[in-house]
Amino acid sequence: MKLKTALLGAAAAVALTPVMATADAHTGERGRDGEVKVIYWQAVSILNPFLSGGTKDVEGASLILEPLGRYDQDGNLVPFLATEIPTVANGGVSEDLTTITWKLKEGILWSDGTPFTSADVVFTAEYCMHPEGGCAQLAKFEGVENVEAIDDLTVKVTFNEPKPNPYLPFMGGQSPILQAAQFAECTGARAPECTDENFNPIGTGPFTVTEFRPNDVITMAANPNYRDASKPAFATLTLKGGGDAAAAGRAVLETGEYDYAWNLQLAPEVIANMAAAGKGVPVSAFGTLVERLEMNMTDPSPDLPEGERSTAKHPHPILSDIRVREALSIAIDRDLLVEIGYGQAGRATCNLVPAPAMYASDNTSCMPQDLDRARALLDEAGWSDTNGDGVRDKDGKKLALLYQTSVNAVRQDFQALIKQWWEEIGVEVELRQIDASVYFGGDPGSPDTFQRFYADVEMYANNFDGTDPEAYLAAYTCDKIPSPETQWQGENINRFCDPAYEELLAELGRTGDLDERGRIAKALNDMLTKDSHVIVGLVDRGRVSAHSNTLGGVILNTWDSELWNAADWYRTE
Amino acid sequence: MTEPVRANTAVVPPQPVRVAPAPRSQWWGVWDQFRTHKGALAGLGFFVFILLAVTLGPLLWTIDPTFIDIRARNQGPSLAHPFGTDQLGRDTLARMISGGRTSVSVGLMAMVLSLILGTLVGVLAGYFKRLDGLLMRFTDLFLALPLLPLLLVIILLFRDPLRAAFGPETGIFILIVGVIGITSWMQTARIVRGDVLALKEREFVLAARSIGTPNRRMITRHILPNVLSPIMVSATLGIANAIITESALSFLGLGFPSDFPTWGRLLFDSTDYLQQYPERVMWPGLAISLTVLSVNYIGDGLRDALDPRIRGR
Repeated sequence: MKLKTALLGAAAAVALTPVMATADAHTGERGRDGEVKVIYWQAVSILNPFLSGGTKDVEGASLILEPLGRYDQDGNLVPFLATEIPTVANGGVSEDLTTITWKLKEGILWSDGTPFTSADVVFTAEYCMHPEGGCAQLAKFEGVENVEAIDDLTVKVTFNEPKPNPYLPFMGGQSPILQAAQFAECTGARAPECTDENFNPIGTGPFTVTEFRPNDVITMAANPNYRDASKPAFATLTLKGGGDAAAAGRAVLETGEYDYAWNLQLAPEVIANMAAAGKGVPVSAFGTLVERLEMNMTDPSPDLPEGERSTAKHPHPILSDIRVREALSIAIDRDLLVEIGYGQAGRATCNLVPAPAMYASDNTSCMPQDLDRARALLDEAGWSDTNGDGVRDKDGKKLALLYQTSVNAVRQDFQALIKQWWEEIGVEVELRQIDASVYFGGDPGSPDTFQRFYADVEMYANNFDGTDPEAYLAAYTCDKIPSPETQWQGENINRFCDPAYEELLAELGRTGDLDERGRIAKALNDMLTKDSHVIVGLVDRGRVSAHSNTLGGVILNTWDSELWNAADWYRTE
Repeated sequence: MTEPVRANTAVVPPQPVRVAPAPRSQWWGVWDQFRTHKGALAGLGFFVFILLAVTLGPLLWTIDPTFIDIRARNQGPSLAHPFGTDQLGRDTLARMISGGRTSVSVGLMAMVLSLILGTLVGVLAGYFKRLDGLLMRFTDLFLALPLLPLLLVIILLFRDPLRAAFGPETGIFILIVGVIGITSWMQTARIVRGDVLALKEREFVLAARSIGTPNRRMITRHILPNVLSPIMVSATLGIANAIITESALSFLGLGFPSDFPTWGRLLFDSTDYLQQYPERVMWPGLAISLTVLSVNYIGDGLRDALDPRIRGR
């Protein structure tokens, strides 16, 4: 009951915040409220979101870099650097759905004082779409044929076919605008080498970097050229990274050392206990975040030569069989996972796309847990325990899997539970934990990143910005498979490759009718989950973050970066 | 964290002379002196108890430490679970026993490794003047290396080859023992070198040299037995050091996988529940502290007992 009260309180706080923001009229000169301290238990390792798929990097960068438009807490589109959101009705999107024309706000300056123009927007597109670049956000530029500057304040994006959802490039925290002057020498294969630029990008956002220590702490100061003279209310911002979720939650809720803690992935009773100290409030909201198991369709065996491990050259010897994948999926009791790990901040799911409702499939094929059927499926697939050691085998090969995830108390509990269920159906499981900063860091030189996927099964959570799942679903095409050629960047973590899927995805890209889009998106979701069991959804996670009682203006947003409105934050007395 | 805990290094005041009834081996003398150190005796008793518990414990307490009984989670101490259960219903006593087995064996093995390395480097540097500068700068180099980043790199580089060669559990065991061993031999090397330098100038060494004793025999017959006392003391301190380093690694999530309990891992897993179930942190915390303390007392007692100047009085 304590948790319920806390969550209700949090929901009430979220609901009340906008009212308070207008009622109190928190205006004044820039920097009037001193320092704000934010803690992210996954430390930011790079401030260029085009070179990292990690949420923490995207969100850290969202304080500095801004897109043309963002999504608000309800999933609506809000103009940021653009004057308005282009639609067919206002003429910004052409009738045939192939172009979108953005009008930029006048008089916006970069933090170095130079004017922000359409040339920067055009450059950003070139930067990400560079063929040698291995841009982590390439899905955002899916189908973009050409980006051109009509004049200094007008940009026209042309797609190679009708785009019913043209709000992909330059929308949301994953696709902000880089300054052309700063990054001009950093395109293509040189992108990861531009350390100064990637660690200290010049932006239009409310803050600028004063010191960046990768994987540790970033100190920022208010952007002197920010477009609203009364914002941000804070003169400096410290973004501390590292540690773990418990320490972050404690620092905000119990000791009050920090003002904002991101993504408190902790046992529900732990959060409720911390909140009882009364220094801060947990806030929560359901979005599209799904904790899932990813099955590796390629062979990660260390016996293969480096450069061929986990690449499409070698299909996975065990998991290529759909019956094995299905057996692994239905051996899991998702309701118990929710109860242990998330309480009311989670719900069991089999889906990749759990929200918004019009895109969420009614797929519940993975529930309830059915160990007998799982065993039957493995028998059928030819895996049987011939030597009586409790582990199934076939042709002298044991049914043994390496299951990796990041270091996190809830994830380790999940690992222990799932290991036990899988052992009950005769699968040997080895667990591995990797420090979260490394695992999600995207460093092409590290063998332990989730993109590299040197394991058979891995677990993490991911979500998409905005309300339209097209870009998210577009990640599972053959050309987005991470490989040595793409510096191990790419979002198709499973190495899923199916022409039928790509065909249907292209159809989604051509369809304008919303109901029809919903139907296709559900079908795509089912192809990845129910029909192939490549992605095994576990828990649809509500996001829980926390802010101190003295920090006002926080609106938890599950559709964009959590720090999307940091410019509007202020100190309450 | 990597410094040994110097709980009690003060020299115990000399004890009254004990009259030995008949000529005996010198080790009896050592034992007699050791017995007079109450802390050392208690420490030895506790350490033997821990060793017995972790080796014979699983025979008496047969619950599987990784078995999840989800209905019995978060229970306090009871007859079925004397130390209670964790958040997944795993028996804490069984996990303590199995964790202790890993932690103590890592401690012992790493100690042996670092002792061999340290003694080798120390004796060579002390005895052969030409090697002294080189080896001691090498030692300084190792002392200057920051331990945790080094461990991270080593684990990154060697985890997969060792896992392929020895399997996941033995592989990581070898890795952990190896990294602790090769990063903790420096103190031993310095102590041994100092003692060897002093011994080398003593008359009995000169006498041995004058009758033509070769270097090899000189080291094994005359030098090594005389530096045994500092080596044994640093051995006991080394065990404590290794247990603490292993705990620190597990605590950071870098050591053994999460389904392979060690004391450090148990401590790490329990910290989130520190407020609701403080006893879960206390068990592994107590076990680590008491083991390290007892080993330190043993070392302290051994040093007194092995010093003939104290023993004689």
